[in-house]
Amino acid sequence: MKAFRGEPSIFTSARPEDRRAELEVKNLTLKFGGITALSKIDLNVRDGELVSIIGPNGAGKTSLLNSITGYYKPQEGQISFNGQDVIGLSTHHLTRIGIGRTYQNIELFPGMTVLSNMLLARHVHCGYHVGKASLFLKSVREEEVRHRKILEELIDFLEMQAIRKQLVGSLPYGMRKRVELGRALALQPRLLVLDEPFAGMTLEEKEDMVRFLVELNEAWNQTMILVEHDMSIVMSISKRVAVFDFGVKIAEGSPDFVQNHPQVIKAYLGDTSKIE
Amino acid sequence: MRKLQFHPCGSFKTSYQQDLNIFSTDFGRLWMGISIVLLFGVVPFISSAYILYVVNNIGIYAIAAVGLNLLIGFTGQISLGHGAFFGVGAYAAAILATKGGFPFFLAVPIAGVVSAAVGMVFGLPSARLKHLYLCIATLAGQFIIEYVLVQWEGLTGGAQGIFVPSATLFGINLGNDRAFFYVIFGCFVLMTWIAVNLIRTRIGRAFIAIRDNDRAAEGMGIPVFPYKLLSFAISSFYAGFAGALFAFYTMSITPEPFNLWLSIQYIAMIIIGGLGSIPGSVFGVIFIVTLNEVLSHATEYLMNVGVSTGVAITIAPLREFVYGLAIVLFIIFEPKGLAEVWRIVRSNFRLWPFSY
Ligand SMILES: Nc1ncnc2c1ncn2[C@@H]1O[C@H](COP(=O)(O)OP(=O)(O)O)[C@@H](O)[C@H]1O
Ligand SMILES: [Mg+2]
Repeated sequence: MKAFRGEPSIFTSARPEDRRAELEVKNLTLKFGGITALSKIDLNVRDGELVSIIGPNGAGKTSLLNSITGYYKPQEGQISFNGQDVIGLSTHHLTRIGIGRTYQNIELFPGMTVLSNMLLARHVHCGYHVGKASLFLKSVREEEVRHRKILEELIDFLEMQAIRKQLVGSLPYGMRKRVELGRALALQPRLLVLDEPFAGMTLEEKEDMVRFLVELNEAWNQTMILVEHDMSIVMSISKRVAVFDFGVKIAEGSPDFVQNHPQVIKAYLGDTSKIE
Repeated sequence: MRKLQFHPCGSFKTSYQQDLNIFSTDFGRLWMGISIVLLFGVVPFISSAYILYVVNNIGIYAIAAVGLNLLIGFTGQISLGHGAFFGVGAYAAAILATKGGFPFFLAVPIAGVVSAAVGMVFGLPSARLKHLYLCIATLAGQFIIEYVLVQWEGLTGGAQGIFVPSATLFGINLGNDRAFFYVIFGCFVLMTWIAVNLIRTRIGRAFIAIRDNDRAAEGMGIPVFPYKLLSFAISSFYAGFAGALFAFYTMSITPEPFNLWLSIQYIAMIIIGGLGSIPGSVFGVIFIVTLNEVLSHATEYLMNVGVSTGVAITIAPLREFVYGLAIVLFIIFEPKGLAEVWRIVRSNFRLWPFSY
């Protein structure tokens, strides 16, 4: 599949080893007081894969993502990213080594424009320090322009040209989800972590989002973890799906396998008619 | 020749470079040029000694207020200790100049660095505390510093304070107001420019991100606590630098002016001027300093009239009252401060006479 809207240079000009992402979650347990949010979770994500996680509300999907991105500190188990043990590393450190994410409840900066939000994500890719910044040296100016170009490519890719200078707070919900994807991509993550990117979207917005995610994964080889409620979307775009229920992974496999797994049907789907 | 841009009725930018400029039009740049020429070429010559003294004070306070706005307005970290940080700069400069024999041009920036270090120490609680709690922690800083300035007599001269030798720069004596005017406003222009630069780069963006949502800032790869400390350091540097200028300007310092009241005045300045606005910080300083002068003249005048001594005595505490009133009115009617008023006036002008 070829991108019609041009080719963001962060994808085309990066060396494959700079985009390599191998995530390994082993035996992960996370407790909040008496509540066990995650219990003995195993999950692997290979380079270039799109892995989806589904499960009813409160199943622990967001908790897993928060553990992977350093917001929560699991009590037991390991998470390794490209061979490095990452439990205990802070979120900003994890962002720097290539884990970028979106949030279930959108954590954009509503008072800033779309562009400023995305510029923030370039923070770790800006090389200059305080001294150079304070004098706004030529090198700083050039770097700012370089980042602006990268962002414009992403804005083209996500078809957000018309809103680039609008305040995020003034955008409809579905559009904000798209902006948040744009901001996460601007982080240039090796592993893109998406928490319910389709929530609250209209059908058209969902279709656009599916197009973007499929293109990212298939054309640009973006490794992704996707947490999603909408079964039909998950089943159509993922090759591998993990199902969570009450903090336990009850099944994992191809969409077909998962759909017909008796425990999944019982726990999550209630009755099978929903997925037919 | 390049086509000059006045008031475009849309965005006519043709390069990403243009989005990085401080002024989006040549008109803005022209006005800034004119203001700087007026400031340096005209103000010191037409002002009376008294007016020049007030203007110089505005310049000194403006440097500190710009710094404080970086911390409060841009990074969202409250400091009730800036009066003391200003004092640390003043004392550091005075001590460097008298005991260390440092020349003016070295003593002032070093005093800024000393103050930055002190500010960072009192910024440490920001690792865990936010909002009101941080406010109280920095208040402790204010009192600790005041205490040290009074009690450490061997270094600070206690309540007597220190006499500061008159400053010389490149062999020019800065003992008169006009010469000092150029030093103050030279520094002011330079440091304001630096603040604007910081804001339009990744440093300022990180500050704003921390102010608006520190969780998401972490997710953007911004190490929140180091950046908070950086903001405390920069902001206290500005305060200390201004304090050092103040010490050399007044030539004699005691601990007394660097009290909590000064800290509160600084906060009043940037709230009235506009949080998160560099020009706003300056407007706020002009407003507060002018208000101070007007009120103290009013008191003095009524005292001298004799008949109204009673009125004068009642009017003296009015200053605090007017302050409070001004802040409350601004928060209610124009929470974005004088900077916003200025923006509205300007855009009305721009649209005139078609201001529908
Ligand atoms: N910060 C927290 N403090 C206490 N309990 C939490 C916290 N985060 C999640 N939980 C609990 O963990 C469980 C899993 O929640 P979550 O991961 O948000 O589920 P999901 O994203 O699958 O809907 C829930 O029971 C929730 O109440
Ligand atoms: Mg969730």
